[in-house]
Amino acid sequence: MLAENTARKPLHREVIRGLQNIVGASRVLHRPEDLLLYEYDGSVEKGRPGAVVFPTTTQEVSQVMRLAAQHDVPVIGRGAGTGLSGGALARTGGIMIVFARMNRILEIDLENQRAVVQPGVVNYELTRAVEGAGLYFAPDPSSWKSCTIGGNVSENAGGPHTLAYGVTTNHVSALELVLPDGEICRVGSRHGDSVGYDLAGLFVGSEGTLALVTEITVKLLRKAESVKTLLAIFDDVDGASETVAEITARAITPAACEMLDGWTLRAVEDFIHAGFPLDSAAVLLIELEGLAEEVAAQVAAVEEVCGEHHAREVRVARHDAERELLWKGRKNAFGALGRIAPSNYVLDGVIPRSKIPQALRYIQQIGERYNFKIGNIFHAGDGNLHPIVLFDPRDAGQYQRAIEASAQIIRYCVEIGGALTGEHGVGMEKNELMPLLFSDDDFELMRRIHDAFNPQSALNPGKIFPLNKGCGEITPRAQAAVRAAPL
Amino acid sequence: MNTTATNVAARLQPVIGAAHVDGSSESCAKFAVDDVAPSAVARPTSPAEVVEIVRFSKSEKLALIPCGNGTKLGIGMPPARYDIALDMTGLNQIAYYDPGDLTLSVDAGMSLTQLAEALAQQKQLVPLAVPFFEECTVGGTIASNIGSSLRPVYGSARDFLLGAEFVNGAGTCTKSGGRVVKNVTGYDLHKLLIGSLGTLGAITRLNFRTFPLPEGYGHVVGTFSSVVSIVRFQAMVSKSLLAPSSFDILDPEAARTVAKFKDNRDSALPSWFTPGEWHVCVGFEGAETILRRYSSELVQYAQKCGASNYHLQDESDDKALRSALRELVNLLSWSGPAATIFQINTLPGFTPDVPALSGLAARFLIPSYIFSNSSGPLYFALQPDDLNDKTIGSLAHIASGVFEYVAARNGSASILFCPTPLKHVVNTWGPARNDAVLMRRVKNAFDPENVFAQGRFVAGI
Repeated sequence: MLAENTARKPLHREVIRGLQNIVGASRVLHRPEDLLLYEYDGSVEKGRPGAVVFPTTTQEVSQVMRLAAQHDVPVIGRGAGTGLSGGALARTGGIMIVFARMNRILEIDLENQRAVVQPGVVNYELTRAVEGAGLYFAPDPSSWKSCTIGGNVSENAGGPHTLAYGVTTNHVSALELVLPDGEICRVGSRHGDSVGYDLAGLFVGSEGTLALVTEITVKLLRKAESVKTLLAIFDDVDGASETVAEITARAITPAACEMLDGWTLRAVEDFIHAGFPLDSAAVLLIELEGLAEEVAAQVAAVEEVCGEHHAREVRVARHDAERELLWKGRKNAFGALGRIAPSNYVLDGVIPRSKIPQALRYIQQIGERYNFKIGNIFHAGDGNLHPIVLFDPRDAGQYQRAIEASAQIIRYCVEIGGALTGEHGVGMEKNELMPLLFSDDDFELMRRIHDAFNPQSALNPGKIFPLNKGCGEITPRAQAAVRAAPL
Repeated sequence: MNTTATNVAARLQPVIGAAHVDGSSESCAKFAVDDVAPSAVARPTSPAEVVEIVRFSKSEKLALIPCGNGTKLGIGMPPARYDIALDMTGLNQIAYYDPGDLTLSVDAGMSLTQLAEALAQQKQLVPLAVPFFEECTVGGTIASNIGSSLRPVYGSARDFLLGAEFVNGAGTCTKSGGRVVKNVTGYDLHKLLIGSLGTLGAITRLNFRTFPLPEGYGHVVGTFSSVVSIVRFQAMVSKSLLAPSSFDILDPEAARTVAKFKDNRDSALPSWFTPGEWHVCVGFEGAETILRRYSSELVQYAQKCGASNYHLQDESDDKALRSALRELVNLLSWSGPAATIFQINTLPGFTPDVPALSGLAARFLIPSYIFSNSSGPLYFALQPDDLNDKTIGSLAHIASGVFEYVAARNGSASILFCPTPLKHVVNTWGPARNDAVLMRRVKNAFDPENVFAQGRFVAGI
């Protein structure tokens, strides 16, 4: 059974009226049929809010926070709802603040390569706004055409090109925040080297559990002179995964290095027609960027490694259109899989790059043991696995087995030196797996940091921390989440 | 010394063993911070011993300062209390290194040079090209967050520190992050340790991403008679397709110091040094074809922007120049009895305002140096001849002028090194900050009983 939280009481009419007074009646949703959409995100979890509100200013966000505090109602921030770990779901009900209408690019500073944006700005829109000046915003999750920068900040989102350029935190220099008591504050600085603790570094990736982000200062990168996209085609998966390990070991640093296994790429090809060879066991999509001389040398080095690991063929995209088509195939892959199974569960384990071959063999064994087809389409260059378990959520047994198989894979990632999540976040998807990595002492310190900013768990309760491990004492509200969470 | 601090060494000995505790006044003096010496030096060799020391300090209400090789203990305010120096150099091994994954886990007390040597065997590096490189530890480098001259191409520590283990003020050994290059599991607490100056805990281990050693290096040094020309040059390079590994701007006096540093080795001023001129040193790395392209384009840009002269470094000169640029902060911090160095964090747009800083010092007839380090901080160094009350008064006036001038231009300034008496009249961290309340919350979460580095940090933390 999918995670559905039923232990919530409806919001009091007074709260709804208070919200309407702050933002206007047209920007508050509270009827059950209007709230349905907001009980989902990109994950397999569910959690319905008591009301959804669309503020347009930081002041309104602050007022909503104060109202929520007065009535002891939790608050959940949400961007476009594309997250994959349930981070933007109302696990214990409450008020959901959707930032869709705080979507203005406030400033572009070309000289210093900075932009100041509201949290609801769509990731791709920022790149579009600055590409004329030869700049771009580097984090590029697959959902970049719909996900928001506020959501990227909350989850510390990644994407294919983070291999060379880093995840969201590497591109954020300052934040404006609203704390649970409604206080508005600023951390970091435009230059990114503020005196004191790196508070911006703490808040990025805190999954909306410490504060709500209402303004973001980001760094912009300059586009490279030369970009080459290679498609390396393999007749066996081991050859592809060993190629990735070898590229890393030889310290060749592509801008992106993605892997699709044969089964997945056939599903994608059927839908996107990106030009992936239907009879291959795996392909690597490798992008090299930099000065023309540098890229030429790297292309030769990558071709050599591919050859040593028995690549059948290495194609180099001949022009931008061909390159874009290959990327379209990669970025829309998850959507393509939706055509062949009612639901899919996208995992997000991360492992040392030197261990990719053994990890892929393990995933295959798990698939056989649990009788699931598990596809692999992932950021191979930084060891960020995305096994995709296809299942039918209407069959409770299948759902349970999918969750068990997934947990086994994540456990294995940790066993071989990896981590629970590379870019999707912990949310309510992996919070119970956190003890695989962290000790009680680790949780105690994280709890103290949590309580330093969000002492009543007013923000995004029931996320990150395991609820059934004594960390339930984190707040009474998280205890409520334990009761509400399905077993 | 009050009674609680009396015989600290004797009481600490049963906790971690007599061999790990030193109460001699000579040893304690070596760990003095701003003329305040501890009562004992504790020398743990494992995280478990660090835990015991912290628990002991907590229960006895003593104050600790974690130390590496002590090269940057001068940063920050004088300690409000200081009983035990926690000498972390006994934790000094590489715990894990997977060259094939380009990841590393190293004890905080290992020296940067030892680490660099171990990595060089695999043709890799951790890009911490920092002042005091020859003497400092990995942990001290991270805790002080002192600027690395390789920043433009590799980023700063927050970009390649993957995780950390540390003993917090509650006396527990905790961790954050991991050893993989991409990881969003849990709060990024290790980022808070960067630049925390030992106020949040004792770092025991650090996990880094490593990088391949470049095939070769090069520098173009351009000399300019005005900052206006440098601004044009900087903008032209920034808008070009080139991605230099360093971009250092030196005023005439700073350039002379760099030239002298080389002089120590080669007994001759380098040919590129031109008295009275501003110098811009642009570093780059890569294969031979790349080095050639950088040289040729940078020279063109320098000429277009009115450089009076330019010079290409050959391979052997380049190594010396890189070391000199890396060590300039170190050199100037020892340059006189009252040497004072400001670190100014700004964006490239600040460059036109740079000469005004010298004006602030000139009013008090104090010689000054200005240099910016690789698109990161700008350093403003003062070198008064004597240390006396008048000098301290002048330095205090200049400090207040610098803080005000920089704040008005959306930057932030702090004093990196200065004589201790100045710290009694000026807060080295600059004016009060709006986020001080949030910082205190972080401090309280990590160190609820204020065991670590009392009073040394921002906002009295």
